[in-house]
Amino acid sequence: MSSGRVAGRFGKDHFDALFDPRGVVVAGASTHPGKFGFVALHNILSCGYTGNVFATNRDGAEVLGRPTLQSVADVPSGDVDLVFVCTPSSSNFEVLSQAAERGIRAAFIASAGYGESGTDGEARQQALVEHADSLGILLVGPNGQGLVSTPSSLCAQIVAPNPPRGNIGVASQSGNFVSSFLNLSRHSEVGISRAISVGNAAQVGVIDMLEYFADDPETLVGLVYVEGIPDGRAFFDRLCVVTRRLPVVILKGGASESGARAAASHTGSLASNDRVFDGMCRQAGAIRAANLFEAFDTAALLATQPQPSGPRLAVVTTVGGWGVVTADAVAETKLDLITLPGDLRESLDTLLPPRWSRNNPIDLAGGETKDTVADVLGAVVSHPEVDAVILLGVGIQSNQGRLEREGEFFPEFGLERITAFHDRQDARYADLAGELSVRHGKPVLVATELAVGDPSNAAVAAVRAGGRYCFPSADRAVRALDHVLRSAQWRSRRGLPLQGG
Amino acid sequence: MTRTLSEAESKALLSPFGIPFLPEANVATSDDALLAGTAIGFPLVAKLCGDNIAHKTERGLVRLMIQTGPDLQAAVEDLLSKATADDGEVTVLIAPMVQATRELIAGITFDEQFGQTVMLGIGGIFTEVIADVAIRLVPITEIDAEEMIAELRTQSFLNAFRGEPEVDRRVLVKILMALSEFASSSPNVISVDLNPLMIVDGAPIAVDALVELDDVATSGAQ
Repeated sequence: MSSGRVAGRFGKDHFDALFDPRGVVVAGASTHPGKFGFVALHNILSCGYTGNVFATNRDGAEVLGRPTLQSVADVPSGDVDLVFVCTPSSSNFEVLSQAAERGIRAAFIASAGYGESGTDGEARQQALVEHADSLGILLVGPNGQGLVSTPSSLCAQIVAPNPPRGNIGVASQSGNFVSSFLNLSRHSEVGISRAISVGNAAQVGVIDMLEYFADDPETLVGLVYVEGIPDGRAFFDRLCVVTRRLPVVILKGGASESGARAAASHTGSLASNDRVFDGMCRQAGAIRAANLFEAFDTAALLATQPQPSGPRLAVVTTVGGWGVVTADAVAETKLDLITLPGDLRESLDTLLPPRWSRNNPIDLAGGETKDTVADVLGAVVSHPEVDAVILLGVGIQSNQGRLEREGEFFPEFGLERITAFHDRQDARYADLAGELSVRHGKPVLVATELAVGDPSNAAVAAVRAGGRYCFPSADRAVRALDHVLRSAQWRSRRGLPLQGG
Repeated sequence: MTRTLSEAESKALLSPFGIPFLPEANVATSDDALLAGTAIGFPLVAKLCGDNIAHKTERGLVRLMIQTGPDLQAAVEDLLSKATADDGEVTVLIAPMVQATRELIAGITFDEQFGQTVMLGIGGIFTEVIADVAIRLVPITEIDAEEMIAELRTQSFLNAFRGEPEVDRRVLVKILMALSEFASSSPNVISVDLNPLMIVDGAPIAVDALVELDDVATSGAQ
């Protein structure tokens, strides 16, 4: 375990070797497509990595049509910075020695058979870390699933997928949670900068990765999954430093029994592990998410939009029901669904038919002409008493257009022209939401279940093409915005500048 | 091994850090109780006090609403007679009788992963059922303390209530800061219970205190 280590033991050079290596060698490449050593090499070669790639195979067999080296000792010196280790644990001591000899400064150990497998494994792990320490090698794992670094087009992992490039940095104690986040990234097209599974975290853990992300210009938000934290106080102290520079979203597994020692006290019985962890996150200014989707939603919002400077929320909707449900979700949060300022209500009166809601949510009541949604959105986002906006109902026209395009009457009866118009309009609303957000420095969230139901919908596609996150529901948008607002308020109470993409 | 301090000893340790307590007297005889009680003013509370006495209410070692001198003397005699050999040296705490419709709970606990923590919660007999609490790691800042208060779900509990003024949040901040400073200055403190913190005319005041120490001084979760 990483107990007793201090921040900054490894500098930028070592983390650059890990995430932006000049070359990678896969130790233990296999000809069997079911083995880690095959999958790792496959993923590195097929995801566009442009650095040098080598592989070792004990029998000298070709793997994926490429010749292999007998051992890491045969790697040309200076061509490789990272060794991806898939060899059995009994071989890895020597692999590290050879790697150090060839100038390699970072090792990712995918091999199992260490701390996760009993007392002998723990001893092997301890010995491996001491060996890496003495060689000056940054060692990640063992028993990890790998890493992704999109600026280097590096997908060195034994799981899928390869996510699009972006600004979310993922670090996880569970390799499968890395995959979960990457799946959501790939689906939503909100990209990843770096992602890493720390496995048994023998030498370095999640907090070391966050410290690197904090200074990484490619990363705008840290997204982490943790279970146990062996050295809680040091984790907290280091997290406090990280959050000054980088917003951090934490998903925690294993919230359970009371950990307090003071059995005689009432306070002790109230201070469960989970409540202490929760308070620790709040104190450090980290965002704790309740589940996978909430964690990704919040990270995606932080990576792509500015933080709100206050709680004043306006909801713009083309249909009533969605606005009502959104108002219900807001009631559970720190967000303030404001009473519309008089001047804003008056200017909306000039844009909408008399039956519009005249309050917030701003229900357009189906009173749209060609420019109504755009005009209303412009008036609302630009208003100085509005800090954040949620836009609902985009994609409806394009959705009908799809039905018409797939129907038997297309393209006759004017359908070709009208479906193209619908798509243009929906794309225009989505684009405008992005433009207004940038122009006024306010978050403008677009939410529609078409993000899940039909990602090809013109509105969804336009949100994504603009590099933004299309929220799958209004209540998820509200929840993510509430997290980001609380983070912004935590920062402003401490005189820190706001963060956000 | 851990050791709990008596109520009087606990209060004496905490008082210099700024925890508000009632004016009290710690007496060994019923005659001293009469003198002290008369000075404090009736009605009074009398509690048996000793190092090994943690759960006074459960053992019937608290007498409430004592109105007269003879009643006080009788109560003190009776409490002293209830002490057992296990209780060690005992005294009787005499304090003014205060009543409050609202109670909070505050304290320190020791977490195996994160070390000493400060805690604030909604108090009273349902405190564990309601479990509305905010926790931070020692040491805290005033901003942390304010955020703990704001984090309680039952905010209306702190507002003006049935003719009573709202809870004075500045006093609450002061109490939380005092707890944090006390814990920081004494790494072997593994628990403090201020239970209840009664809300009297809007001001929180600690009516009971229990400090628990680790005999082998711990340096936290380093």
